[in-house]
Amino acid sequence: MLLRLLRTHVRPYRRAAALLILLQLVQILGTLLLPTLGAALIDNGVVARDNGYIARLGAFMVAVAFVQVLAALGAVSLASRTAMAMGRDIRSVVFRRVLDFSAREVGRFGTPSLLTRTVNDVQQVQTLAQSGFGIVVAAPLMCLGSIALALQQDVPLALVLVLLVVVVAVAFGLLLARMGALYARMQTGLDRLGRMLREQITGVRVVRSFVRDGYERERFSRTSTDLFDVSQRVGRLIASMLPVVLLLMNGFTVAILWAGAHRIDGGAMRIGALSAFLMYLSLILMSVVMVAFVFLSVPRARVSAARIQEIVGTPSSVVRAPRPVPAVPDAVGHVELRGAQFRYPGAEKPVLQGIGLTAGPGESVAILGSTGSGKTTLLNLVLRLFDATEGSVRVNGVDVRELDPEDLGRAVGFVPQRPYLFSGTVASNLRFGDPAATDDELWRVLRVAQADTFVANMPERLDTEIAQGGTNVSGGQRQRLAIARTLLRRPAVYLFDDCFSALDHATDAALRTALASETAGATVITVAQRIAQVQYADRIVILDAGRVVGTGTHDELLRDNATYRDIALSQLTEEETVHGLAARP
Amino acid sequence: MVSPHGRRACLRRHPRANGGPVKTRTEPAGPSGTGRRLLGLLYPHRRPISVALLVGIVGIVLNAFGPLLLGRATDLIFDALVDGSDIDFGAVGRLLLLLLALYGAASLFMLAQGRLVAAVVQRVVFGLRQKAQAKLGRLPLRYFDRNPAGEVLSRTTNDVDNLQQTLQQTLAELITAVFSLLTMLVLMLVISPSLALIMLAGVPVSGLLAAWISKRAQPRFTDQWEANGAMNAQVEEVYTGHSLIKGFSRREQAEERFDAHNDALFRAGAKAQFASGTIEPAMMFIANIGYVAVAVVGAWKVVSGELTLGDVQAFILYSRQFSQPIVQVAAVAGRLQSGIASAARVFTLLDAEEQSPDPQDPARVRATAGRVEFEGVSFRYSPETPLIEQLSLTVEPGSTVAIVGPTGAGKTTLGNLLLRFYEVDEGRILLDGTDIATMTRDDLRTRFGLVLQDTWLFGGSIAENIAYGRAGATREEIVAAASATCADRFIRTLPDGYDTVLDDESAGVSAGEKQLITVARAFLAKPAVLVLDEATSSVDTRTEVLIQRAMNTLRAGRTSFVIAHRLSTIRDADVIVVMESGRIVERGTHDELIREQGAYARLYDARTQGPGRSAGIDGQPKPLAGARPTGPALGPHPL
Repeated sequence: MLLRLLRTHVRPYRRAAALLILLQLVQILGTLLLPTLGAALIDNGVVARDNGYIARLGAFMVAVAFVQVLAALGAVSLASRTAMAMGRDIRSVVFRRVLDFSAREVGRFGTPSLLTRTVNDVQQVQTLAQSGFGIVVAAPLMCLGSIALALQQDVPLALVLVLLVVVVAVAFGLLLARMGALYARMQTGLDRLGRMLREQITGVRVVRSFVRDGYERERFSRTSTDLFDVSQRVGRLIASMLPVVLLLMNGFTVAILWAGAHRIDGGAMRIGALSAFLMYLSLILMSVVMVAFVFLSVPRARVSAARIQEIVGTPSSVVRAPRPVPAVPDAVGHVELRGAQFRYPGAEKPVLQGIGLTAGPGESVAILGSTGSGKTTLLNLVLRLFDATEGSVRVNGVDVRELDPEDLGRAVGFVPQRPYLFSGTVASNLRFGDPAATDDELWRVLRVAQADTFVANMPERLDTEIAQGGTNVSGGQRQRLAIARTLLRRPAVYLFDDCFSALDHATDAALRTALASETAGATVITVAQRIAQVQYADRIVILDAGRVVGTGTHDELLRDNATYRDIALSQLTEEETVHGLAARP
Repeated sequence: MVSPHGRRACLRRHPRANGGPVKTRTEPAGPSGTGRRLLGLLYPHRRPISVALLVGIVGIVLNAFGPLLLGRATDLIFDALVDGSDIDFGAVGRLLLLLLALYGAASLFMLAQGRLVAAVVQRVVFGLRQKAQAKLGRLPLRYFDRNPAGEVLSRTTNDVDNLQQTLQQTLAELITAVFSLLTMLVLMLVISPSLALIMLAGVPVSGLLAAWISKRAQPRFTDQWEANGAMNAQVEEVYTGHSLIKGFSRREQAEERFDAHNDALFRAGAKAQFASGTIEPAMMFIANIGYVAVAVVGAWKVVSGELTLGDVQAFILYSRQFSQPIVQVAAVAGRLQSGIASAARVFTLLDAEEQSPDPQDPARVRATAGRVEFEGVSFRYSPETPLIEQLSLTVEPGSTVAIVGPTGAGKTTLGNLLLRFYEVDEGRILLDGTDIATMTRDDLRTRFGLVLQDTWLFGGSIAENIAYGRAGATREEIVAAASATCADRFIRTLPDGYDTVLDDESAGVSAGEKQLITVARAFLAKPAVLVLDEATSSVDTRTEVLIQRAMNTLRAGRTSFVIAHRLSTIRDADVIVVMESGRIVERGTHDELIREQGAYARLYDARTQGPGRSAGIDGQPKPLAGARPTGPALGPHPL
């Protein structure tokens, strides 16, 4: 998964990657050349007692060091750019795929998880790519280069280096294999511990009411002890890494010295080669250790890559029609649901079933039902945030699946249950509805939404800053701004999803009056939980457990419909009923 | 028009929403105070730590002698070469064997040090985790109200993890790095002071260079974090407003903005990574130049006979090893900063004020009949907003009290006070004549059963979750409890029955079924007094009937406080208590209240007989003078 992800996204930067490898090669050659030159310094300078040669070679070595550092800097620059560019590309792919998603996929992953995947997980992969370009490319080159140069100096002794590479590779392979499994276990342990603590914090009342603090402590202790054991083992393995590396390095140093002495004694090798070999040895080990550290971050990056792939590999359940039906210009809004059903995949029961509903221009239809009865889902079907799993949803006689999403978006305006404002200003939020609207138009819709007074009282009026999510205005203000935003679009169909809940009675009443004239010619579908909010609708549709259980006006339903009466009674304790009653003249 | 201030007051759902983090926190006094406490944590482990340090230092010193001996061996070879004599393999062999022994011992010592440190660090962190978890059990509920769960969680997980890594690195690396620097320095000075000076000249140069690069890299990292933050914010916004973006066809703009942020992040990131990435090549360059200098000067000195070739070789090896600990020390110093910050956050949690201790000599109530009396109870979450005022109420054993009233009237708070999640400010609550404040909390709570609206279950099997109600419950008892509360049937339809594990994605179990499990859990606890929050949201009708039935079973023969949402429960209750703004405004049975023609009766009439007939009742107290105009839009039904 990780490899495929990296391979796919490195493709556009093939050239940069090739140049990177070239620069790494130069850099490594420079690094390796220095000890080789050092060997010549001893053999031709020290042994021959030629101070001038020593100086000349010294100057050349400085030049090599310069070339080396330039190549290394070039490689770092390329590696940074390429890795960051890959991160950018992967992020972009993930972001666009999330935008493809329907509300269903967004709900399945959850916003926090999607955010983590887009930002943190991509960053993990990017970091790995960055170190990969640096170290993983350099290390094999370093090993190969060392061995090549060593072969030049002395073949049998070079074989000792080859042996070293093999031994080190095997040792680290074993170490990393064990480490990988342990790391995975440690991560699971940490996750479990985190979850347990979260449970304890969120369930503090339950834990205490059942007097289960002791039980929780014990449960936590068990997991914590498990984690302790695994961490101990990981700690021990990591602690053994450095001594093992040193032991290998030092052991082979001694071996090279011993074998080298014999080679020199036999006249097969010059003494300068000895110090060159010792340098090669440390270079090889150093690069292997670095690779090992990069590999330690592989398990985490692998998890991240899988999480990214999960998004990229999930197709949106709402697909744009290949040849959308062109929108009828100036069409009035006509909404029709025919036997619509919506069922989550694998769910035993559908959320909505056999929904038949029509709403035409100038009509106001209210949908009433308790939480979980499927009201919001119904609106989402009209908006095509979900696709119906059976039956059809038509706007102006055309199945929404056949419409261009743009056209559908223009025809249907909605205000969600939890109105969301974007960071920016009041004006920029309103213009989300219509980018070309003038300030006058903004004030007009604000008046309709009963938001003009508080906006006029804000320090910068239309240019007042809005924090992300609209957290710096009250819930009621947020709802009214969201309503104004939708009004600005002048859609043929309005969908209001229980968006008057945070308003006080006076504002609610004034808003409804103003809305009624503003939306007079349009189709209005309002979702609500409380009878007080739906009683003036032309038609009330009662949803219960995903089915329509009654349709009619308030009076008709009160008279004939048991469910409606039940709902009315169940709202006995609701705040506004009590207040409304008490305040009645 | 209601003033904005007043409107906000209406909106306030939670009395504590404006309380904010009032908690008197004893922040550890600055980084030095935190450091001292951190050392305090290590103090019990001082023996293994001292041993680790000692052993580590010995290992480092032994290792540092290696190049010196290697140099001697090289000299033996070189001298023989220069003299034209045979190499003395006996001497070389002895030297190399000594070297092997030295190196072997060094590695062993380092291994021992690493393991000791790892063990200590793990133990300290284990202890810290246990302490933090135990602390969670002693914190008052107010603490959880005022600190978001994520925040508390972060202190107990992320910060502890971070601290672990810091400890590991500082204990293992910082000290050994300093020692290996010192040892090498001494040995180099002994071999050749002049070459040592050349080497040392490189230290300030690399130090300055590293500082210069970091200083230049710092603002770029700031840029990168800022770009990252900006992108993060936008992505979060787009994902949260996902349906709006789609509904308003603003995808293109969202993508444009994202691309701009993403590209800015790319550019800032590439610059920052490059800037910090230059440190290594720069250090390498200085080391290489140092190497060349040592090689050239050393060669001259060998030629002039001042030094042996072995000395120069030892020097070269030292020069290779010298730069590494410098980089290490710098890295660990940075790490330490973040570790101390984490430690401070953990300590703040550990220092948070705890709930009042249980009485020394607690009252003991034997078998509980379940008579509950509230005597002039007052309570407020924050000093300025009274929540419960002078409330008195007596509930006879076995009777059901339905509590009715608007949101924020203090219904839930009654339950919180009964279970002593909060302590009353005034008055007292008696259980069978005993003031509950004189009982231990555990003793009190074992007599209560709680079923909350929010169905909290933990990640374990269904059986374990039901057994949560009473320690040591047998499987038979669990099944009996589930059967009594209508949960048995659905549990048996699950693939693993009672052993089905509930986790975050337990898709097979609906919200209503989870609620059934919580009822079974309370049933198993066999409490004398029940506190039930009846609201069942997002539940299908069939399950709702089941829950209703289960709750009725649960209530049978027990004193029950029901925060009622259903007419059937309310009608059957022995006492209906109508609460408003923390006071009881009416109480009585359904029939009595209807006869009294008070607020309850009006509500009941209005709901059962339709709007037309209810208009005749008037002249009642106005609990909240909500200005509700009856404009033309309101029509004939001013409900």
